[in-house]
Amino acid sequence: MSNKTINHLEGFFLPFVALIGSLFIFGLIVFLSGKSPVEAWKLLFLGAFGDSFSIQNTLQRAAPLMLTALCVAIPANAGLTVIGGEGSVLVGALACSSVPYFWSVPLNTQGTCILMLASCIAGACWMSLVGVMRQYRGVNETISSLLLAYLAVNLFKHLVEGPMRDPGSLNKPSTFALSPELLIGGIAGYDVHWGLVWGLVFCVIASLWLKFTSHGFATKVVGGNPRAASFVGLPTNALIITACALGGAAAGLAGGFEIAAIHTASNASVIAGLGYTGILVSFAARHKPMLIVPVAIILGGFGSAGSLLQRRLGLPDASIQVLMGFAFVLILAAESARGRVQWSRIWRSKLDHHGAGVK
Amino acid sequence: MQFLVLAVLGGAVRVGTPFLFVSLGECITEKSGRINLGLEGVLVLSAMASFLIANLFNSPWLGVLGGACVGGLFAAIHGAICSIRRVNDIAMGIACMMLGIGIAFYVGKPLIQLNAISLTSLNLGSWSSSEQVRSALEINVLFPIGILITLLMSWGFKHTKWGMIIRMVGDSSDAAKAQGVSVTRVRFLSTMLGGAIAGIGGASLSLCYPGGWNEGLSSGQGLIAVALVIFAKWKPLNCLMAAMVFGGAGSLGPALQSAGINGYYYLFNAVPYFLTLIILVITCAPQRALRGAPSELGKIQ
Repeated sequence: MSNKTINHLEGFFLPFVALIGSLFIFGLIVFLSGKSPVEAWKLLFLGAFGDSFSIQNTLQRAAPLMLTALCVAIPANAGLTVIGGEGSVLVGALACSSVPYFWSVPLNTQGTCILMLASCIAGACWMSLVGVMRQYRGVNETISSLLLAYLAVNLFKHLVEGPMRDPGSLNKPSTFALSPELLIGGIAGYDVHWGLVWGLVFCVIASLWLKFTSHGFATKVVGGNPRAASFVGLPTNALIITACALGGAAAGLAGGFEIAAIHTASNASVIAGLGYTGILVSFAARHKPMLIVPVAIILGGFGSAGSLLQRRLGLPDASIQVLMGFAFVLILAAESARGRVQWSRIWRSKLDHHGAGVK
Repeated sequence: MQFLVLAVLGGAVRVGTPFLFVSLGECITEKSGRINLGLEGVLVLSAMASFLIANLFNSPWLGVLGGACVGGLFAAIHGAICSIRRVNDIAMGIACMMLGIGIAFYVGKPLIQLNAISLTSLNLGSWSSSEQVRSALEINVLFPIGILITLLMSWGFKHTKWGMIIRMVGDSSDAAKAQGVSVTRVRFLSTMLGGAIAGIGGASLSLCYPGGWNEGLSSGQGLIAVALVIFAKWKPLNCLMAAMVFGGAGSLGPALQSAGINGYYYLFNAVPYFLTLIILVITCAPQRALRGAPSELGKIQ
């Protein structure tokens, strides 16, 4: 096998092994809580992919994860570790629900498009701040993006519970709901909304952009070796800020879809940590946009199984968070084994063994 | 106005104490040349653990000790995995943050209804007849310990062999190797010690006034503390100052609310984050290396 194939296979194999490992540790923890781990694994699978209802639930959860993962992956290809996608999600959600406050958009698909565009722009502006602060002031992007995310949470709560509150929302402060004509429905009568298609489309576009366009290539050069990039005269600042903005646009769109397809108004339910799960998705997919799609579906599945685990086994709702935490740690640790395991030797010795057995 | 000043000053100590411990922990970790963003996870996990232990043994001080141990052990995961070649410490920090918070929420679920066992606070204000002065001078008992650790670290980095080894490893791993010092071991131990110190901060979140455990106990205090270390130029004494400033900023919101100014609660909550960003923008510089920064920081091994 050529080195390239081995590299590709390792890319699938190592995260997969890490995921299995984290499922084992999770089983151990479930066992320590006095519940059956086998039952937990079974429910995890059934809740994610067991019947058509759970598959729809899984895909519905996977859709925003694809977009929030892009918010990590695109800046990562430009060499940045941006982890505050949650901020862009919330800002995007706010933008989507606030446009009708001051502009009566046409109540049809066109209006919906305007709302989604507003979400994208809001998310992009918010995240490009991170790039600007890094390029012009040398502020660490990981910390600044996360601080911006906390800032966004407080801003979101302030606006939703204060100036933008619908007085009719008593127990759960919300903004005014979007009018039904602006909402995004399911695909062909299913629960899965169009966000899934857009998530897929954007992952494909991002992948093509990085692979086949010169702008995408330049972004990767900046990410790989900023000094070389500045030697050949690439506009480093512009490329990095654009990468942040594109990532933010994706996360903002995720926020827009959460409003227009699920919640209909901005309220506390939108703050569900979509941005944080997106970080894990992107790292597990090694920041490759095409790999984000399957990983997002697997993690969406975990999310959808969470409520089943809670109902049937009485596990705390944080159990999925524990599982994801272990998966993240192990995936990063497994990554260090890439290119260091001599597969061919192991393989050959196994073959010799088998050969000897047959003789 | 006088009331507000008193409330903010009192809050500087009360709210600032967790900041102080976490930033001291991060300071020692970063001095050795590694960044541990997972201290946010350490903070939440040790807050839960110290509350649990304090309730089990009915002793808040045992809770503090337990919090420090759990914090150290959890940071050791970060320290150990980052010792493997090519593992990115920032990414691992994010993973540890998620894992620590997850475990804390998982184990801590049944603790939410429990009554708070708290450390008694030091009443330095008993001389005063004013209620407000007395409540402002009711000082978190862990705060003097924090000052002690600050002084110890500040002195230790300059005057002890171990302090110098940590600084050398952080400034030039090559020089350390030439001296026969194991870089990995020093970094592992510094990360663990940093986690233990941050763990005391966790204990002060759940065991000091108002006390108790809930899932919203920390929202990014650990991360703000990481940013504080940059602002403090990696000096323990500056960490103390910075923690007080941020404690004061953090207590502005609740103080105004108790003064009857409503409607801006969340905006005031956002002040510490905003302040951190502004300070980072002012103190960071794009071209030259930051003065006082350990030069191994952020290098890929």
